[in-house]
Amino acid sequence: MPSTTVRHHRDSGKTGGSVGQVTAREVVIEQPLELACGRVLPTHKLVYETYGSLNADHSNAILICHALSGNHHAAGFYKGDKKPGWWDHYIGPGKPIDTRRFYVVCVSNIGSCVGSTGPTAINPETGSVWGAEFPPLRARDWVESQKMLMDYLQIDCWAAVIGGSLGGMQAMRWSLEHPDKLQHAVVIASSMKLTAQNIAFNEIARRAIKSDADFCDGNYLAAGKVPRGGLALARMIGHITYLSDELMGQKFGRDLRSGDLIQGKAEPIEFQIESYLNYQGDKFSDSFDANSYILITKMLDYFDLAREYNYDPVAAFAHAQCKFLVISFSSDWRFAPQRSREITDALIAAGRSVSYMQIDSDMGHDAFLLPNQRYEDGLYSYLQRVADQLGVEQ
Amino acid sequence: MTDALSTDGISTIENWIEPGCRVLDLGCGDGSLLIRLQQQLGVIGYGLEIDPDSIQRCLASGVNVIEQDLNQGLVNFASQSFDTLVMTHTLQALRYPHLVLDEMLRIGNQCIVTFPNFGNWRTRGYLSLRGRMPVTKQLAYQWYDTPNIHFFTCADFEALCAQRHIKILDRRFIAKGFPDRMLKSLWSNLFTETAVYHLSR
Repeated sequence: MPSTTVRHHRDSGKTGGSVGQVTAREVVIEQPLELACGRVLPTHKLVYETYGSLNADHSNAILICHALSGNHHAAGFYKGDKKPGWWDHYIGPGKPIDTRRFYVVCVSNIGSCVGSTGPTAINPETGSVWGAEFPPLRARDWVESQKMLMDYLQIDCWAAVIGGSLGGMQAMRWSLEHPDKLQHAVVIASSMKLTAQNIAFNEIARRAIKSDADFCDGNYLAAGKVPRGGLALARMIGHITYLSDELMGQKFGRDLRSGDLIQGKAEPIEFQIESYLNYQGDKFSDSFDANSYILITKMLDYFDLAREYNYDPVAAFAHAQCKFLVISFSSDWRFAPQRSREITDALIAAGRSVSYMQIDSDMGHDAFLLPNQRYEDGLYSYLQRVADQLGVEQ
Repeated sequence: MTDALSTDGISTIENWIEPGCRVLDLGCGDGSLLIRLQQQLGVIGYGLEIDPDSIQRCLASGVNVIEQDLNQGLVNFASQSFDTLVMTHTLQALRYPHLVLDEMLRIGNQCIVTFPNFGNWRTRGYLSLRGRMPVTKQLAYQWYDTPNIHFFTCADFEALCAQRHIKILDRRFIAKGFPDRMLKSLWSNLFTETAVYHLSR
């Protein structure tokens, strides 16, 4: 069938506005958090940001779940910064996650390395940095920690829990662990479990980190070192899997950054893609922690939504009560559209409300972070209806 | 594509669907039929659609819409996982209508199918007198850009059902124009504009 080119554009400024200058907030959760591994964090610190305002009946809150390398700074600008938060294109006034109507919460999860309790924090029991001693985590531990933040913020039920990639896994886990605490789950470019190929890429990344002489069996912080080379290499491998072959071809092709391939010339040659990957790797290794990377890639590997439900996703989703929106991207080979179809099919078989969009994109897995008109319009319309149903004013 | 379906067609479909049952609408368009079935009968409904604009409208109105190309098969749906499958004005646009019908009757206990009757005298007259492919209210496309790639009549459809052992539980012939609405029960294949069939195995 010929597809129409008509689009329903958002009425109020197609691209929406910025949430403006933001500041991160901190809370120490004094309640013990029992982890899936059996160990207990007696207290833990969470760094988070909020955008928009909570309505009188506290019904308009949305939780944003970040992925592997994400953090609490999802939208807006820090004072003096030129670069906004990691999902700024999708969060703001008039944007798909519309801060005129919703109160948006994004938290850095435990085990990461940007302020919340994790491998770079001090272990109160020993007085020294956690490092490799930080307990292994599961996605459900993040959900339980987010639930404690929810209680602290006096939110009784999320209007929606939204996440891409590992964030989508958290949204699904929320729907099973606290079915009455969310109205909607938006699961983007995600999967109910990793494939062998996914795990293989993660293991290469971990091995790259561990092979760095400065890794010191994970105790590099105590030794005053950082396994920069290993972490950069891990990120470079990961980065390839986030892009598509087409996109890399379009963006870089075989273009050279320096040197010349003509015979008779001997200067060193560097392809643009080499330069780009090296830059991405180095930038990441300056800002992320190697132990966190190992910890969170393992969390990804261990995730299996239906493990406690006899590995039957239909039986798992029978416990959910919320409505679902599932979104995939055509060129995503990290979490391929088929993975999202499996989620959708299980939800249909379980009798849950679900809508599914497969967005045409050549941006690979990263597409969930990038501008795309159809994706934006779909998410916007879905969430506007959520706000309408909750009776949230424009 | 329910805009092609008259009030008569919609109420016929409603009469054939049990309240509260599971319904899958193949080619659900903007979801208006599903909304109506949800409101009137409290069905648990899902629609399959590939047109981005229609999907967008479904999302905006809260219809469960699943982006899926019917021509790529329906293997992801388990046998007998729905009570009723509905397909309004889509059969003629599919690559292999007979295979989709088989799949529908595997997935659902019952099926409801509607299509424009190409045997209507206006279409017949258009082709035989003008010698041009019919462009009518119901089939409002030129031959080169039409999504409708199979033209068939009520008689053709019933022959296919007989051949594939599909049981016709009920049928309803709809015509609005004059004299069609007076004569459709006498010569159904000549005066029906829209056919609505209720099928099972």
